[in-house]
Amino acid sequence: MKKSVILGALTVAGLSAGAAAAATLDDVKDRGKLNCGVTTGLVGFAAPDANGEWQGFDVGVCRAVAAAVLGDPSAVEFVPTTGKTRFTALASGEIDMLARNTTWTLSRDVDLKNEFVGINYYDGQGFMVPKALGVSSAKELSGATVCIQTGTTTELNLADFFRANDMEYEPVPIETNAEGQQQYLAGACDTYTTDASGLAATRATFENPGDHVILPEIISKEPLGPLVRHGDQPWGDIVRWTLNALIAAEEFGITSANVEDMASNGTDKPEVNRILGVEGTLGEMLGLEADWAVKAIAAGGNYGELFEKHIGEKTPVGLARGLNAQWKDGGLMYSPPFR
Amino acid sequence: MTTYTDPPKESFRLSMLLYDTRYRSMTIQIVALMGFMLLAAWLISNTIQNLAALGKPIEFGFFTEAAGYDINQHIIEYGNQDTHLRASFVGLLNTLIVAVLGCVTATIVGVIIGVLRLSKNWLVARIMTVYVEMFRNVPLLLWILLAMAILIESLPQPSAFRGEDPAATMKLFESVAITNRGLYIPEPLFSRSLGDVHLLGQSSFRMDVSLDFLALVLVLVLSIFATRKVTARAERIQNATGLRPTTWYINLGLIVIPSTILLIALGFHLGYPELKGFNFQGGTHLRNSLTALWLALSLYTAAFVAEIVRGGILAISHGQTEAASALGIRPQRIMRLVVLPQALRVIIPPLISQYLNLTKNSSLAIAVGYMDITGTLGGITMNQTGRELECVLLLMLVYLVISLIISAVMNWYNNRVKLVER
Repeated sequence: MKKSVILGALTVAGLSAGAAAAATLDDVKDRGKLNCGVTTGLVGFAAPDANGEWQGFDVGVCRAVAAAVLGDPSAVEFVPTTGKTRFTALASGEIDMLARNTTWTLSRDVDLKNEFVGINYYDGQGFMVPKALGVSSAKELSGATVCIQTGTTTELNLADFFRANDMEYEPVPIETNAEGQQQYLAGACDTYTTDASGLAATRATFENPGDHVILPEIISKEPLGPLVRHGDQPWGDIVRWTLNALIAAEEFGITSANVEDMASNGTDKPEVNRILGVEGTLGEMLGLEADWAVKAIAAGGNYGELFEKHIGEKTPVGLARGLNAQWKDGGLMYSPPFR
Repeated sequence: MTTYTDPPKESFRLSMLLYDTRYRSMTIQIVALMGFMLLAAWLISNTIQNLAALGKPIEFGFFTEAAGYDINQHIIEYGNQDTHLRASFVGLLNTLIVAVLGCVTATIVGVIIGVLRLSKNWLVARIMTVYVEMFRNVPLLLWILLAMAILIESLPQPSAFRGEDPAATMKLFESVAITNRGLYIPEPLFSRSLGDVHLLGQSSFRMDVSLDFLALVLVLVLSIFATRKVTARAERIQNATGLRPTTWYINLGLIVIPSTILLIALGFHLGYPELKGFNFQGGTHLRNSLTALWLALSLYTAAFVAEIVRGGILAISHGQTEAASALGIRPQRIMRLVVLPQALRVIIPPLISQYLNLTKNSSLAIAVGYMDITGTLGGITMNQTGRELECVLLLMLVYLVISLIISAVMNWYNNRVKLVER
């Protein structure tokens, strides 16, 4: 591949992918910072807090990767992306990874040349309506005005859902979640549709969350996960196994509180020892230090801790684990073995 | 006897390309051109190679695939199973709608403001100055967002029209509904319609044109043609006798009567919007996104047009005005008959660039969710297919073509009004 600096308009068109495709790990190490694409602001998943620090479930994945690679969970440059700009940002090398409620689909994986490294939230598309509207099912929404974020899979699911049920609707396209919230609250649309987790997160920020209901129909499968671009497998492996380490950590009871202790003293479980780098050379295989997973888990805790802290039932977002529980507990979270 | 010797024959040597001043400039230009072309070729081949390495060679096949998304404002028939090409075409038409509406409104508002800025009335002139400074010194995007926010937040929801004692009512004899989802106005309907003519078969550019509309336009054109004949006749009589026959009632009749007869023959009636289900149904729906974009674009550009008009008027020597008033022409007529026609020559060239600016600025439409060509081809289509380069190149080409057409038309008009010197 030609290494080159592509100038001017061509760069704008998002084409410097060629230059950025190889050896993302080296780039990140040289830079000393991980560029991580997140949403422009969705409470619980990725949003700056009162101090301007990015917080959230997706942010936690970014920090874990930064900790694993650079040893410092704060060495992350968060790049807010919209539904429209995210893939271009990734393809052009502006960001090293994308952790932004992105649905894994075949065309995005294959045709858009992305590499989904796993699933950190199993979601589905739902509808939120004001209680006053008196609607109890999405099937009653014929003729409604629907606020929808452009450039998302939800836009296509929406079209499919209304076509399949032979109903009419008027789409109101919006660019960011904040705009959607403004239009929805002003009554410029009857219903707001996006991933059910996003609806819950949005509703949590309302003045009177109780005045709004999320309809029972989930009209699509939305497996959300972090992704990297095609063409750099070693980097993809690092992000994939960092996510897996967080999931496995919950399964084996490794938490941010006990991870240091377990790593220094070792445990009697061989797999835990391998994850924590006490045994084996898994870190070396990934091109990282032996204690990469220790740092990743210490950054924000294991998968379960991240979930409870940012979007769990005790937070304003208030999401139940549901499908996102560990496989032992009847959920779908399942990490391949560390061996 | 003298013998002439021929001047020594100059043979061309290669070094002359560099050391002979006759050739040197040419050499430099050719080398520079070659260098530029090499650079361009390098950029292009690099792009193609990198894209191929990424597994995304340039191709436009995705245009024939189903778009899968819906567009709220489409003046031609469109559904989510139509192709990406048709979705782009719908977007293009939306761009043209807002550009044409914007240019017309900006011109009208701009001319009025520009003329009033020169008013002798201190208050009027100052208010216009404030208008101009306010609009041209704040970014357009903010005006668009402000217009949208006002429309959404201040107008009633459709549900406010419901119930025994509704909070909002329809205006103008129950015919117009102003809501925060848009303006619903009565639509023209024909009970004895001539039907539609389908153009361009099954292609992505197919469109239906209403024959009723075409018939109405035809009749109006004929009427206007007839009124011009009548006016010409009045001129002739005035030139011959000095007396101008009154023509306004003949002209009015010529325009109103034939079109009225046609409308009655076609069974013209209005379809009123009605609150059904979640929204108003029937009537024409003027969406807030269009209104906000249209308003902001026109008011913003009008500030610039006003300055151009003011400059054009000030460029006309004051002697012209004085001469006209010495002939006893009234001030308003001086402006209309003497000053403005001459000022047009100064006004039109910079006005062309304002039209181009307005058209290009309309690409900010996505800020309020107006689905123009940037929102469809450069937005959703690009996002769903991942064909950034192809979409952006096409988008640039489309805007280039629109701009060139506007320039061509305006230059043609400029040539018509410019000073013809003998």
